[in-house]
Amino acid sequence: METAQQGGFSFDLCKRNEFFAAKGVQHPGFTKTGTTIAGLIFKDGVVLGADTRSTAGSTVADKNCEKIHFIAPNIYCCGAGTAADTENVTGMVASQLELHRYATGTQSRVVTAMTLLKGHLFKYQGHVSAALVLGGVDFRGPHLFTVYPHGSTDSLPFATMGSGSLNAMAVFEAGFKDDMSREEAMALVARAIRSGVMNDLGSGSNVDLCIITKDGVEYLRNHEYLQTKTYERQFPQKFASGSVPVVRERVYDIRRAVQVVEGEPMEMEVS
Amino acid sequence: MPCRYPYVTGTSMLGITYKDGVLLASDTLGAYGSTKRYKSFERIRKVNDVCVLGASGELSDFQYIMRLLEELSDDDFCMDDGHHLKPAEVHSYLCRVLYNRRNKFDPLWNSLVVGGFYAGQPFLGTVGMIGTNYTDVHLATGFGNHLARPLMREKHRPDMSEEEATELMRECLKVCYYRDKNSINKFQMAKVSAEGVTISEPFALETDWKYKLFENPAANAAGAW
Repeated sequence: METAQQGGFSFDLCKRNEFFAAKGVQHPGFTKTGTTIAGLIFKDGVVLGADTRSTAGSTVADKNCEKIHFIAPNIYCCGAGTAADTENVTGMVASQLELHRYATGTQSRVVTAMTLLKGHLFKYQGHVSAALVLGGVDFRGPHLFTVYPHGSTDSLPFATMGSGSLNAMAVFEAGFKDDMSREEAMALVARAIRSGVMNDLGSGSNVDLCIITKDGVEYLRNHEYLQTKTYERQFPQKFASGSVPVVRERVYDIRRAVQVVEGEPMEMEVS
Repeated sequence: MPCRYPYVTGTSMLGITYKDGVLLASDTLGAYGSTKRYKSFERIRKVNDVCVLGASGELSDFQYIMRLLEELSDDDFCMDDGHHLKPAEVHSYLCRVLYNRRNKFDPLWNSLVVGGFYAGQPFLGTVGMIGTNYTDVHLATGFGNHLARPLMREKHRPDMSEEEATELMRECLKVCYYRDKNSINKFQMAKVSAEGVTISEPFALETDWKYKLFENPAANAAGAW
């Protein structure tokens, strides 16, 4: 570029994409996370939940990906939309917050993460396709925000995003109460994610949970396995007796060749 | 002939079977785009003593379909041999009607739910505007597919009692009202069982908007809402 970039987004590459599209060149597909993500505020903190399926078009790209991203020791963020966008934008904000923690010497606040995310996403006018459920606990208490790709945010007691969001929201609307206990909250979020996994094609595999309270974080990776194999091959194969026809039988008395003596087991050298 | 657009529409239609019959439920709104224009539109109508029809989509097409079914029922009545259309027959007839209209590029813009009880068995079937049809133990159209179906899949059992089925239906209606823009808090429920067809008077559901954290959401986050 000849003149210095003042900031904001340079749309030159978008013009190049349009030029290619006009010439008939196909865009490569994105790896999207057709997804169910959800979050809920309970009495002592926040529970975040996510499924683990990542899709590229109609194919499942990753059967067990991690959609709950670390932002700060007390803040985690679920991401739906384009996988590259959610991973990079959450990674970027996590780095910025870590530097900020060193500069200020205090715990990060959830609104700081929210402000950094929404500022970045708004600058890119929705082209960074990241729909996030941001949750954490700081000195002001538990917080839960949704951040949309265009940069708007909502502050809510319960929230869902992704292709399975309506399925999960139905479960929340039917089951949410103020001041739930930790077990009730975990059960409801797991139920909501399960609803997304079972009823939405873009969501699948397993359920991840992350419970954040002022005392710490519990990251339950693969809290529930929902796509168990109905048949597991047994190794070595066990054949039922009688399944092999016996053609000939010879019985040897081995006591003529072998002596059986009772004895003490030897100490084994394990070094 | 160009494909038309729907003008006055109904939103989700819900249906579940239980041990002794079938329940259909919906709200009573005829929306004109985003305007809530007709707030007392019966979207579930009786076809005969063993069958009801519920519709979402273009409501004038629903009224036309009811007229077709009335003509069939009138023929049966004039025959005076005690026979009436079975629910599966109504479903099959509607499939053919809708599929044939779709083939002429002039669809009846509806998603229909046929509910009935015949020969001791509950019947529940659906037909879409392009002729897609199937039967199932619980059904929904439109938004109901995303909001109500997951709850139905969790809680439905073939041997549910009428009370359990009614409770599940009310929960689904409430969630659809919360999360569907084109809906109102005024519902009708139809029941088809061995005793015949009952369509309830319109009723409203208790809704809860007073969660603590809904109040002042920006308390801890200036600039959020």
